[in-house]
Amino acid sequence: MTDKRAAVEDMVGELRPGMTVGFGGWGSRRKPMAAVRAIVRAGIGDLTVVSYGGPDVGLLCAAGLVRKVVFGFVTLDSIALDPHFRAARQQGLEAMEVDEGMFYLGLLAASQRLPFLPTRAGLGSDVMRVNPQLRTVVSPYDDGEELVAMPALRLDAAFVHCNRADRHGNGQFLGPDPYFDELFLGAAERRFLTAERLVDPGRLTDEGPLSSVLVHRMLTDAVAEVPGGAHFTSCDPDYGRDEAFQRLYAGAAADPERWGAFSERFVHTDEAGYRAAVAEERSP
Amino acid sequence: MSQAAAVTRAEVCAVACAEAWRGDGEILASAFGTIPALGVRLARSTFAPDLVLTDGEAALVADTPPLATAPDDMVREAWLPYRKVFDVVWSGRRHVMMMASQIDVHGNQNISCVGDWHRPSAQLIGVRGSPGNTVHHTTSYWVPNHSPRVFVEAVDMVCGVGYDRAALTPGAARFHEIRVVVTNLAVLDFAGTERRLRLRSVHPGVEVADVIAATGCALEVPGHVPVSRRPTDDELALIRQVLDPGAARQAEVAS
Repeated sequence: MTDKRAAVEDMVGELRPGMTVGFGGWGSRRKPMAAVRAIVRAGIGDLTVVSYGGPDVGLLCAAGLVRKVVFGFVTLDSIALDPHFRAARQQGLEAMEVDEGMFYLGLLAASQRLPFLPTRAGLGSDVMRVNPQLRTVVSPYDDGEELVAMPALRLDAAFVHCNRADRHGNGQFLGPDPYFDELFLGAAERRFLTAERLVDPGRLTDEGPLSSVLVHRMLTDAVAEVPGGAHFTSCDPDYGRDEAFQRLYAGAAADPERWGAFSERFVHTDEAGYRAAVAEERSP
Repeated sequence: MSQAAAVTRAEVCAVACAEAWRGDGEILASAFGTIPALGVRLARSTFAPDLVLTDGEAALVADTPPLATAPDDMVREAWLPYRKVFDVVWSGRRHVMMMASQIDVHGNQNISCVGDWHRPSAQLIGVRGSPGNTVHHTTSYWVPNHSPRVFVEAVDMVCGVGYDRAALTPGAARFHEIRVVVTNLAVLDFAGTERRLRLRSVHPGVEVADVIAATGCALEVPGHVPVSRRPTDDELALIRQVLDPGAARQAEVAS
């Protein structure tokens, strides 16, 4: 069986400017932040970012790497709005903004190789106005109902962070909500999984039921063990959100000098350097 | 002095929010904001015992936990991660009370952005689930700061679908209902023949003229405007001693 272990840098090395890249998680929860920071360090730009948005979107916007964002919301949860994303949008960042249920159907359609899935969500709203590419379909049955045809959200690559995985690319979510992560993988050409910890194949049931292993190896091209890989977002039950650090991240948006210092200290360093800088920040 | 004489505006608002769910039966009651969260708990503790509540994470709760209860301290009855929330939304078994950065005379709601969507003057959170919610199940709104900035002639981005938009799109109208808009001043609805913003009741101590002055769009005012009902003594005891002993409600609406 293929050993899919790889370094995060190697995963990111497969990206090219202009790609459409999806990120798992939800808001400021279980975001693949180590991978996001690696993308910023690699400076791969012109990206279309597809996300139930949190600081993944904000960090990439702050680094100037985003050409377009596909989103239903961007939030830091305990801080309602991500200031970096706000600034980018207020400077005219291109967007596709859809209902969060439409977003789910877009991922589902892509993972099932369908061109679209029908829904009532979006009908009558300005989602149809600001996305003139969206079309409706008429039910071929007697009801004749008109529905939104949510197009597949096909991804060139997807990054997901999970609690446990094995070297073959099976992945497990031990927290209360798996979000939509395996759909991001299903929608993508290249599928990258990071995990808090890698365990031996067959041992994923040591810590949670088999039903928590939602990522099977057919959905994964490469896997990396990255402890703290979702920091500063939450990764329940391994750790909660680092609220103090999130405030530091959001506050650094106030002026370019502060952001430059934050970025230098916490982004333009490797994973070990990041952990050391975070530990230093925490110490009194 | 009787307890009722000292009722706060926040408590009147909580009762008005609770009333929104009266008669809904066994559906998911989702509440955004402190006072709606209190209101839905009050409804479930009194006249709507079958309402289904969430822990704010990924579970339905069997008890009626006070505000500020940590999810781990709640009694969970079923699993409801986000993906299953959409199943409930699309099935129609839900009544959500959302907030609104802007709301207009037809009940269109905006939480996405202020200004031109292509380059907003203020980017907000995004449309979230508003487009889907409003065309699949009953929706109400909570406005803790009734002002002309919130109640506008036309919203900048239609997230939640109002009655004018629904009327133009049969698929959007099929399951559409905006039941009430509860604010810190009044209760509003769209129950008039024109389906336009209408004053249903004013909270004790509020004049009709105050509501008109704080509303930046046309407001239908019936000949007789009742006063919003005050909490009963039993409801007050529940609010103050059981559901919100920390008085979080007072931080959202001062009085």
